[in-house]
Amino acid sequence: MESSSEYAIEMLGITKRFPGIIANDNVTVQLRKGEIHALLGENGAGKSTLMSVLFGLYQAEEGIIKKDGREVTIKNPNDANDLGIGMVHQHFKLVQCFTVLDNIILGDETVKHGLLQKNVSRKKIVELSDRYGLKVDPDAVIEDITVGMQQRTEILKMLYRDNEILIFDEPTAVLTPAEIDELMKIMKNLAKEGKSILFISHKLAEIMAVADRCTVLRRGKCIGTVNIKDTNPNELSRMMVGRDVQLVAEKEESVPGEVILHVENLSVPSRLHHKNAVSNVSFDVRAGEIVCIAGIDGNGQTELVYGLSGLENCSSGKILLGGKDITNAPIRERSVSGMSHIPEDRHKHGLVMDYSLAYNLVLQRYFEAEFSTSAGFLKKAEINKYADRLIEAFDIRSGQGAPTIVRSMSGGNQQKAIIAREIDKNPDILLAVQPTRGLDVGAIERVHRDIIAHRDKGHAILLVSLELEEVMSLSDRILVMYEGEIVGEFDPKKTTPEELGLYMAGARRAAS
Amino acid sequence: MILLIQYTLIFASVLTLVALGGCISEHSGVINLGLEGIMIMGALGGALTLKYISPSLPAALIVLAVIVTSMLCGLIYSLLLAIACINFKADQTLVGTALNMLAAASATVIVKTINIAENPDNVSSTVQYVQTKKALVMNIGSMQLNWFIPVAVIALIAAFVMLYRTRFGLRLMACGEHPQAADSVGINVYKMRGFGVIISGMLAGIGGIVYITAGVSEWKFEVGVAGFGFLALAVMIFGQWKPLNIGLAALLFGFFRALSNVYSGFDFLSALNIPGSVYNMMPYIISLIVLAFTSSRSRAPKAEGIPYDKGSR
Repeated sequence: MESSSEYAIEMLGITKRFPGIIANDNVTVQLRKGEIHALLGENGAGKSTLMSVLFGLYQAEEGIIKKDGREVTIKNPNDANDLGIGMVHQHFKLVQCFTVLDNIILGDETVKHGLLQKNVSRKKIVELSDRYGLKVDPDAVIEDITVGMQQRTEILKMLYRDNEILIFDEPTAVLTPAEIDELMKIMKNLAKEGKSILFISHKLAEIMAVADRCTVLRRGKCIGTVNIKDTNPNELSRMMVGRDVQLVAEKEESVPGEVILHVENLSVPSRLHHKNAVSNVSFDVRAGEIVCIAGIDGNGQTELVYGLSGLENCSSGKILLGGKDITNAPIRERSVSGMSHIPEDRHKHGLVMDYSLAYNLVLQRYFEAEFSTSAGFLKKAEINKYADRLIEAFDIRSGQGAPTIVRSMSGGNQQKAIIAREIDKNPDILLAVQPTRGLDVGAIERVHRDIIAHRDKGHAILLVSLELEEVMSLSDRILVMYEGEIVGEFDPKKTTPEELGLYMAGARRAAS
Repeated sequence: MILLIQYTLIFASVLTLVALGGCISEHSGVINLGLEGIMIMGALGGALTLKYISPSLPAALIVLAVIVTSMLCGLIYSLLLAIACINFKADQTLVGTALNMLAAASATVIVKTINIAENPDNVSSTVQYVQTKKALVMNIGSMQLNWFIPVAVIALIAAFVMLYRTRFGLRLMACGEHPQAADSVGINVYKMRGFGVIISGMLAGIGGIVYITAGVSEWKFEVGVAGFGFLALAVMIFGQWKPLNIGLAALLFGFFRALSNVYSGFDFLSALNIPGSVYNMMPYIISLIVLAFTSSRSRAPKAEGIPYDKGSR
């Protein structure tokens, strides 16, 4: 169907209110045919709401949506599908025990005499995957394949339905750096083939690399649409946050003191296979320094932190915290001895999702005299007062403040709650695993500042990060992990991302 | 020996039918703990049909009538579970348990009322179907089987084809594994779960009548169906929610159940002088042992037991 309009989709003057908050206030986004259009904004700026309106999950109170210049109404995801709008959700909508093929055809199956014609579907999928360079194995089961391949499955789901307008909701949050590069290539390829892409993100580097134009949202309002060619990351971040943001953390030279955490020949078993995920690792973290573990996801960082924090028993080795042996100590004992842990999986290990924010903030301190009576009753008023202080100090945004159920909060604010809880404990050693995952630049700046401030108070920090940029800007010392071993130690001022990359990929290792 | 095979097949049919019911319901995302109660209701419908239908009718017609009424009774009774758990998002475990208690009690009340109306001195909860039960019998050589055995085999094959080869099955299992994913591609999760529960109600209903007509010619409804609904759940778990495995698991459990009926016919078993109650306990003990070893690596549908709510993230 040819049409004269230069836009594939236009959302004009969209306003969507929720009780007590205007999520979208007169927002206009126009998506040109064949372009990659980025939608940039902080957590809670209204990006997801806007896309939910486009995808038919919410109805806007005001404003119109036009497809190819004609006004349309979208009442549910089926309407969106019929108009050729597809979406890759941030949390994949894939059935774990189905094959790639089953997931792609689900809801749009080819049947003959009531039986599924999987061979017909398989042919179409193979064609699509060749044409767009989306490598998948149609017969692999989702739970066995990498996150990257799962995402390609989601993309194929949209292509299989002949969708013309593709929405990517924060697609890079779950990917490794190599997979991100791959995705960028795929997106450009799709645009070249005539698909129009809406790309939701808060990562400036990615938007600069892949988008043609960018619309910025701030607190529900449309700040403007700019051509990527004519802008730079600083301008974009200023539009997004409303003030100048320091993209690189500023910090003083570190003054390492005594050893806080001493790790000696530590090995930790793997939950996936019978070998050790961490083998024979030794290092020290001193007071007043940030030591960063760099590496590609799945090289033992997770298990190392499990071992240190007590989530997993170590198979051998020794851990000393301030000279005290905590190798086999229970988690509570480690916590009260001065260890804090910002976990990698905030839902699984960080929060009780159906508890209130206040209870989550005292999750490791509720038993202290400040928060419970000697008879074991909780002092609710004290807990709420404490929660209010942290909410204020760490700018945790939620619907109703302290009594808010954590599940209803946005991911970024859940993360802020954990960071507030762990840092406010004033630990001697802070284990921070990807503390800025899923946060926008404003919040990242904030977290980095908090971590550096904690260091400057003379405490030790062990940071695990997959983002090289973060590693380079934050750490005082870098340890690279590869296949469960530490393969090199670096000074961030004397190394380059390229050199680290070689060690992370296992192409090089320090002589031991 | 022939008797053992005969009973094994009949009890295996019961377990297959009911476990398939449970399996289909769970694949849609609803745990059906009410199988026991649904069996009783199906059994009641079937038994009353056998009681009142004319023995002079052709055998095929009697069999058909019994199956249809049992199925309908099971279906209607399972609607309680469907509406409570899907529409009103009630706790599935509680509703299932309530269904079991309600069924055993109301079946007893209904049968007693009928008996008293016929003869004020008869306060038993027994339904007799001596004459018409003959219509259910199918003889192969010297083996006395019944028509429900082929029904169970057909149900087994049909369930396999439905789950793994049809659009309906694919969508059903998606609802039990990841309802949000199913919803995002335009599948009505509530409707699919409703179908899952209703199909399980029909299968369990037939299972009920097969159980009470296995061997005996009258049934005392006070005893319900003696935990066979729960045994079927064990079969389903041992069968890992897969129809063909369920068939094999049912044969194993059916064998032990049959043994308790016929052990006295084997000289070497009666020579052991083990009390009969030990044999009666066998299927339940076996199910305890089997579950203790298999349930840790069981692959239940991921979203089962969780009411689906469009709004939650």
